[in-house]
Amino acid sequence: MKYFIPLQILMLLTITLKSFGQFYDDPASHDCLKCHSQQTYSFHNDMMDTEEKRLMNPYLIIDTLRLRTGVHQNFDCTDCHSFDYTTYPHAASLKLEPMMTCLDCHGGDESFAKYEFDKIDEEVNKSIHRQGFGDNFTCSKCHDQHYYSTTARTSSSIVEIVENSNDMCLSCHNDMKRFSLVSGDLKSAVVDIHDWLPNQELHFKHVRCIECHTAVEDDLMVSHNILAKEDAVRRCAECHSANSLLKASLYKYQNLQERAEDGSALGVLSNENYVIGSHQIPILRTISLIIFFAAMAGIIIHVIFRIIIKKK
Amino acid sequence: MSSENKIYFYPLWLRIWHGINALGIILLIITGISMNSGFEESVISFKLIITVHNYAGVIVSLNYLLFLIGNMVTSNKKFYIVKPKNFLKRPMKQAYYYAWGMFHGMKAPYPLSEKRKFNPLQKYTYLIVMYIIVPLVIISGIGLMFPELIFNKIYNISGVLITAVTHSAMGFFISIFLIIHLYIASIGKSPLDNFRSIVNGWHHV
Repeated sequence: MKYFIPLQILMLLTITLKSFGQFYDDPASHDCLKCHSQQTYSFHNDMMDTEEKRLMNPYLIIDTLRLRTGVHQNFDCTDCHSFDYTTYPHAASLKLEPMMTCLDCHGGDESFAKYEFDKIDEEVNKSIHRQGFGDNFTCSKCHDQHYYSTTARTSSSIVEIVENSNDMCLSCHNDMKRFSLVSGDLKSAVVDIHDWLPNQELHFKHVRCIECHTAVEDDLMVSHNILAKEDAVRRCAECHSANSLLKASLYKYQNLQERAEDGSALGVLSNENYVIGSHQIPILRTISLIIFFAAMAGIIIHVIFRIIIKKK
Repeated sequence: MSSENKIYFYPLWLRIWHGINALGIILLIITGISMNSGFEESVISFKLIITVHNYAGVIVSLNYLLFLIGNMVTSNKKFYIVKPKNFLKRPMKQAYYYAWGMFHGMKAPYPLSEKRKFNPLQKYTYLIVMYIIVPLVIISGIGLMFPELIFNKIYNISGVLITAVTHSAMGFFISIFLIIHLYIASIGKSPLDNFRSIVNGWHHV
């Protein structure tokens, strides 16, 4: 009896730890991950009574490290996938069963209201992805539920947020196999299409694709209405005028670019780039107007006195 | 050189410099205001406005060299020498004359002569404009034309922004100077007398 209370505490701790723990702590002994986290898998062929080892479909291999840091880390596979997957060989009919969608859990749920899943769904419905490919274009085409993390909300690094966001686009637009899943014969040519963009690599690292390729909704943190490529923003000044540093870099770039194109000494003179000076600073504009009107007023008063004196 | 109350104040080189400078500065001010205010829709195309500004800027800058060299090699420089005695009192006296004295029968405190081409207020203004403001506008203009010469950042503020603001602020001071310069020039024997002088070189005293 004297061990009762410590025993109780130990049991409580075990239960608590278990409930915060993950199903994926030990992939090697996890029913699904023992195969789906490996490049190869082995099984006993009952028909032939042999042990067999085969290659795992690379698209079905789960990265267990990333799985354990994603937002769904506390879910088990069968929370979303059919429980029948726990038997092997998996029944062929399982592939035809509808998959759980994000909105099955997140839609209309007050506890997820801040993420505005329903509004996102409306926007996705308007997007070129959904318009072109219908319901086949699910959330998971961009947001891998296995690894998804709320980087845009939690990270303080712009580069990390941009990389995370652009990886979603590039996972298809830079992968012919995945791209063909929804595009048919169309070939993705991200680099060639963006050939017009100066410092392409730098832009890809520091600017999210969605910056130019979505219709911005003010009340949505990340716009999901991906536009057709013809409607993408191509105006450098959209970004390079709001911030003076961006604008400065644009000014320098354009200036050097045009000079490189027009090698003549006079090229620099017909360069059409310019940068607004003091007029972009409201206080300086106000001061300059005051000085101007004061000078004009002084002159007008002086003229009036000169006329009066002359008449006398 | 003088005859019948006339002094030959403005030698040919100076009049050529002044003429080119006047036209250039007027073009620069008009095009500069257009560029600063972003009047993209106008009779003249915006691209042409920028090109005119660039050409006029280069011409006025080269012309500035004529002013510098002209003053170096001729005796015109002596008119710019500032006397330390009554350094502030002298221009104040001239300002008082313009604001009050000339309406109350006061004689000009610093009448122009062979030895004195500018009154103290004029001298100070010309010195500030020609040796501080114009060089600043030229240097910042060169910076904007060749932005790779500009520091990327100065205390976290864009170098291009600082250069552009300096350029347009100095341009603004030159505009104000021009307005006052033109007005003061009208205070002569007759309102147009001084304008004739800068064309023919002879100043009536």
